Amino acid sequence: MDVTIAELLLQDGLTTGAIYLLLAIGLLLVFLVTRVIFIPQGDFVAYGALTLASMLAGHVPATLWLLDVCAVASALLQWRSWRGVSWALGPALLITLATLVAVRLGAWVWLQGALAVGITALLAPMVYRLAFRPLRHASLLTLLVVAMAVHFVMVGLGLVLFGPETQRTPAFSNASFTWGEVDISGHSLWVAGCCVVLVAALWWMFHATMLGRALRASASNPMGARLMGIEGDRMAAIAFAMAGGIAALAGLLIAPITPIAYDSGFLIGLKGFIAAVIGGLASYPVAAVAALVVGVVEAFASFWNSAYAAAIVFALLIPALLWLSVRTRSIEEP
Amino acid sequence: MRALALALAAVIAAALLLPAFYVTLMINVGLASLVGVGLVLLTGIGGQTSFGQAAFAGIGAYTTALLTLSFGWSPWLTLPVALALAGVAALLIGVVTMRLSGHYLALATIAWGTSAYVLMGTLPGLGGFNGLVDVPALPGLRGASRMMLVFVGVLVLAALVLVGNLLDSRQGRAIRALATGRLMAESMGVNTGLVSLGIFVIAALFAGLSGWLYAHVQGVVNPSPFNLGAGIEYLFMVIIGGAGSLAGAVFGAGVVLVLRDQLNDWLPRLLGQPGNFEGMVFAAAVILALQNMPQGLVPLLLRRRRLVETRIDVNAPALPSREGAGAALKVSGVTRRFGGLLANDAVSFTAQAGAITALIGPNGAGKSTMFNLIGGLLAPNSGEISLGGVRIDGLPSRRVARAGVARNFQHVRLLAERSVLENVALGAHRRGRAGMISAMLRLDRAEERALLAEASRQVARVGLSELLHSPAGDLALGQQRMVEIARALCLDPVLLLLDEPAAGLRLAEKQQLAGLLRSLRASGITVLLVEHDMDFVMGLADHVVVMEYGRVISAGSPSVVQADPKVMDAYLGGVVA
Repeated sequence: MDVTIAELLLQDGLTTGAIYLLLAIGLLLVFLVTRVIFIPQGDFVAYGALTLASMLAGHVPATLWLLDVCAVASALLQWRSWRGVSWALGPALLITLATLVAVRLGAWVWLQGALAVGITALLAPMVYRLAFRPLRHASLLTLLVVAMAVHFVMVGLGLVLFGPETQRTPAFSNASFTWGEVDISGHSLWVAGCCVVLVAALWWMFHATMLGRALRASASNPMGARLMGIEGDRMAAIAFAMAGGIAALAGLLIAPITPIAYDSGFLIGLKGFIAAVIGGLASYPVAAVAALVVGVVEAFASFWNSAYAAAIVFALLIPALLWLSVRTRSIEEP
Repeated sequence: MRALALALAAVIAAALLLPAFYVTLMINVGLASLVGVGLVLLTGIGGQTSFGQAAFAGIGAYTTALLTLSFGWSPWLTLPVALALAGVAALLIGVVTMRLSGHYLALATIAWGTSAYVLMGTLPGLGGFNGLVDVPALPGLRGASRMMLVFVGVLVLAALVLVGNLLDSRQGRAIRALATGRLMAESMGVNTGLVSLGIFVIAALFAGLSGWLYAHVQGVVNPSPFNLGAGIEYLFMVIIGGAGSLAGAVFGAGVVLVLRDQLNDWLPRLLGQPGNFEGMVFAAAVILALQNMPQGLVPLLLRRRRLVETRIDVNAPALPSREGAGAALKVSGVTRRFGGLLANDAVSFTAQAGAITALIGPNGAGKSTMFNLIGGLLAPNSGEISLGGVRIDGLPSRRVARAGVARNFQHVRLLAERSVLENVALGAHRRGRAGMISAMLRLDRAEERALLAEASRQVARVGLSELLHSPAGDLALGQQRMVEIARALCLDPVLLLLDEPAAGLRLAEKQQLAGLLRSLRASGITVLLVEHDMDFVMGLADHVVVMEYGRVISAGSPSVVQADPKVMDAYLGGVVA
């Protein structure tokens, strides 16, 4: 392996690593606010990419109808509360209209991309409402099993909605720059840029806005937050929507690099998830660094021996778990 | 015993009478049930989850396929090797996660299930993703034959009996405590990490056995039935059937496999495209089941069994007890901070051997922190705690328990659905030594009789003999406190730590408790109690330590302390000069 290849692999690794970083952040956000380990996040990656692909092909994306069905179902579940119904139906109705118009007119790609992210993001709180909310007092493990089941349902629905073909979406930029000896693709820069902007935006939100503080409060002390008038349910729905949106954006970022099918999301999501576990399911910065490491290790492992790459990436978990074991002293009550 | 004979007869009848297609289906149900029995033990009862059981089955299947095909071994000889490899794999995964809370094991098994599948498909000599073909049949048990169904049926019944035996034992009580009472069990001296590791390995062994059988039933081994998705489906089966009872494993496997066969036919037609949509249906069923009927299908099919009334053998030999009783607890200069809060500030006091010492003080004085420091739930920032001259500060709570410290909890920690007897017997855990294997094979009965006899003696001592077989959750709060004291006494303690033992007790019960504590003192046990009921404390304690804001402000005999102006200030507020 010469230096050029190493630099190329490093660039690839950091690019995918940045995408995993976004996913790790989404996972932590959902976990800390709701205790749900968001296994289906990877499916939201696939849904985001496939929704855009289907819109660019001139179709009304099937995800839109799924969103509407889920919106009606969750409106029915809370029919007693006018606010609940309008929260469930309002955004879904708006985005349905906007998407229908945009597809009919063949609007700009970036607008269609934004709509794809929006549709997918709105789907996530519906999933929370239908699958997780009835079990919000259940044990962490029960929630984990439900998360796994939701993943299965989403993969099955993905096949029904999108069919078995893989899809690519256009790169954010086809430009290419030369820096010293290395070619840097414009898309890689876009990925890095999105990642930095999003992390900065989240940081600002968590530290400077009321909503961000409320989210942090419900994560660190749910009971205390509720006593201060922060609605746990609303925070959970917002966390899911944010994670769903982040995942969809990750889908748009990754689909120009690797073609995506209805079932490709899971393995992508798992990488973000390894990073989150390495961060002890608690630390955003550690998870972020771990995500970049996972991306780079994966790139080099695939070059060395593509068959074993997946196993090697998962092996990163072992030292992380050992470290966590050594650090924990007390027995945690589940 | 009669149920077992009936089940066996049913299996034989099914093997003789069913059409060939159903014989094959039933064999598959049996293979899945073997995995399911392990998962019920691990998930439904032990409160942990594995998504990777299929990969352990894969180890069993590939081991026997490789050894019989490439090395010409007899299938019977490969069984121990297959089991050993599955067990070692589980041991390695389990060791990495045993001290972490439960979801880390589940997450590790996701990684394991994915990696194992990749390795089965790519390691040299395993035939890639096409796998290995022409695996020989078991001698005398051709493929999916009727005899094979009987054989599989017998193995499933054996698995049910073994796990049933395990749950009805000293180790079984520890296993049942894993889901909701880990902290309590550790305080009873149970090494919960080791127990959860044990059941994870046992579950993997059953999965390995299932895989070994699979290879010889099918004659073909390839990676796809052992991937992560298959592992998750085993878990779904158990949840649909009912993860809380052993019958759930068999029901779940039966329902899911029979339904899958049907769904496989008409779901693709309904949805207008080919694909495996059964997984989606079962996943949706799992979500609905967990939301609406967390016990699974079992309660629909079986009446809820009452707790078995274990018979107590009053003539059972006594358990070994500690040599010589009574050792002083010495706390010197102990400081514990929580962030900026100084909960204990250089606290020193001594609880004399064979005396009752009371720790009192207003709310927030740091009494509970001190208890948790002595009991090993917290470690001090500085200072020393010693029992009979041996340092116990900083030890994990199970080691503190082994040193002879027994405790109750301010917020009662009992296994609500288990009987008073079982809850109390958990306290005697460290006085027995039978392991999981001897429990499964019923080699532990003599010791078990002694443990239960001791537990029932302690229940009698706190006056609850009539409630011996009631679920602990049905008792009144005061009675539950007494159950905790009985459990602590089962530990054969040197030092008894009691956190507000009289709270929630009626007057007569308080008098009875005071009598009990006096008799413990007479037998040489050191008692340290935190209590707010001043009449109770002052009438009982030999020595009183008063704390306020993390410091000891007064100590001495009840009359000395009562006359101390600092104590009056602390309780009644300072007098304005």
